[in-house]
Amino acid sequence: MKSTEQLEQQLKRHSKAAKLEIWGKVVSFSALLLIVAVVVAIIGFVASKGLATFFTNHVSLWDFLSGKSWNPGVTDAHGKPEVGALPMIVGSFLITILSAIIATPFAIGTAVFMNEISPNKGAKILQPVTELLVGIPSVVYGFIGLSVVVPVTRTLFGGSGFGILSGTCVLFVMILPTVTSMSVDALRSVPRYYREASLALGATQWQTIYKVILRAATPGLMTAVVFGMARAFGEALAVQMVIGNAALMPGSLVDPASTLTSVLTTGIGNTVMGSLQNNALWSLALVLLLMSLIFNLIIRLIGRKGRLQ
Amino acid sequence: MFLNNDVTAKTAMLERHIVQPADPEHPTILSTEDLHVYYGKKEAIAEGDLRFASNQITALIGPSGSGKSTFLRSLNRMNDRIATVTGKIMYRGIDINQPDIDVYEMRRRVGMVFQRPNPFAKSIYDNIAFALRLRGVTDKHELDEIVETSLKQAALWNQVKDELNKSALALSGGQAQRLCIARAIAVKPDILLLDEPASALDPVSTSQLEDTLLELKQQYSIIIVTHNMQQAGRISEYTAFFNQGRVLEYDTTSHIFTNPQVQITSDYVSGNFG
Ligand SMILES: Nc1ncnc2c1ncn2[C@@H]1O[C@H](COP(=O)(O)OP(=O)(O)OP(=O)(O)O)[C@@H](O)[C@H]1O
Ligand SMILES: [Mg+2]
Repeated sequence: MKSTEQLEQQLKRHSKAAKLEIWGKVVSFSALLLIVAVVVAIIGFVASKGLATFFTNHVSLWDFLSGKSWNPGVTDAHGKPEVGALPMIVGSFLITILSAIIATPFAIGTAVFMNEISPNKGAKILQPVTELLVGIPSVVYGFIGLSVVVPVTRTLFGGSGFGILSGTCVLFVMILPTVTSMSVDALRSVPRYYREASLALGATQWQTIYKVILRAATPGLMTAVVFGMARAFGEALAVQMVIGNAALMPGSLVDPASTLTSVLTTGIGNTVMGSLQNNALWSLALVLLLMSLIFNLIIRLIGRKGRLQ
Repeated sequence: MFLNNDVTAKTAMLERHIVQPADPEHPTILSTEDLHVYYGKKEAIAEGDLRFASNQITALIGPSGSGKSTFLRSLNRMNDRIATVTGKIMYRGIDINQPDIDVYEMRRRVGMVFQRPNPFAKSIYDNIAFALRLRGVTDKHELDEIVETSLKQAALWNQVKDELNKSALALSGGQAQRLCIARAIAVKPDILLLDEPASALDPVSTSQLEDTLLELKQQYSIIIVTHNMQQAGRISEYTAFFNQGRVLEYDTTSHIFTNPQVQITSDYVSGNFG
């Protein structure tokens, strides 16, 4: 009888470990709450400011998305403010897609070399190099773009040298390390026994890479590319330094153009809070935010599909 | 005492009782001569000269780490980038352990099935068609036919014939291992190497797999690594006993089990090892 009571006491008394556990839960839960609150606040703030263009200043959403001239301070012949964001939207997408298209084969090729063909050299040389490249601040990339890429473009294609082409070149170099290292992770997660199975069936190493490893790693590789695109889409500083910042529909890849981010960074200091000019910039920020949410969604979808396979 | 022990060990080694199969109905199809395998400086196979009879099942047994897998993987050059393999591996009179051998072509003739079932994340059909397509077979009828016969030979056809396009990853362990066998025999090899193919399977799947192997030996020469003494006894004609990188004894399976010449073998097969 007595021993049962003792046992009950022991089991019901909250030990130090149990108290610590409660504390741990409280701390981590409040940290989580804080983060959620911050995220919600940011989205809410950007949305309220960005939507003010349409609700307070009564700009039509269609005009905003399809208008080709951007000059929020000026009203056109019909008395409507010029807030056509199409040139920037086109600029952003063009530069993102082009840089991803160029970066993808390089990234996958490098990843294959690092992981399949020469893991030793890959680990010794390429791994540190890619890690270093990831860490370089974007202003450095922009500066190199400004002093090397722009003059070269100018010499080769004429014009000022500023434009989508220069922006694409700079972004290509900027996203390459990210896409590469994520591609390496994707290849690494392909089980070793896939390689053995393929080789034992008489496949060459190249056939194994091409028909088995790259296939199995496809979801991971796609995630890597979308990550790179998200980074390219959101990059502001380096792009702003080489794209020319003309809010016009680009006639060619070497005409000065602009992106959502470059217009934001150049314009945000010159407007008054609450004015149409300011709200219009917030609308651009809202587009950026939505796009990054969409990129995230795509990455999650790919991940889920990859797991289901 | 010490000295004595040492001497017994040495004589045991020198008098290794190795009877190579000499059966005119089942001529030697594969043999190793002076085979040594090194992982870096470490010698994993020091004595491994064996002859394998065609259309028979040869079991490789021995304690963990004795070099069975190393030996088996050397036979179709799967150790190429992992270990250094010296000596001769004679396949139908040709030394396939030569640099000028086309290993990809050779592996078509010497197929391999691994311990862990390893189907690709493709459909059942595509798994089997994989190696055929690599060799340029594109004709749908021909592929269909080979897929069907391979699955039948691996005794899997009846279970999967209506869902050939289903992912191979949805198969059970036993089914997946049969698929791997079907995939290996789809290219019509001469020799089938199996490394503990049943170790991840339950008893029922294991006995089905054994039946399959007994069927397959009509067409293929089979070399199988196994930890399961009963399995070796049930299916193999010949058994080689590996210990510390050496073949200590090689004989007909019945001899190895009933009348082993080396004490260690006797201990091992009777379960008194270590
Ligand atoms: N890739 C490798 N690199 C270095 N050493 C290895 C490698 N594979 C095996 N070895 C070593 O070679 C020796 C023989 O190993 P092996 O795998 O051939 O033994 P095994 O008889 O197949 O054992 P098990 O019954 O456990 O599968 C062991 O000492 C092992 O540590
Ligand atoms: Mg083994």
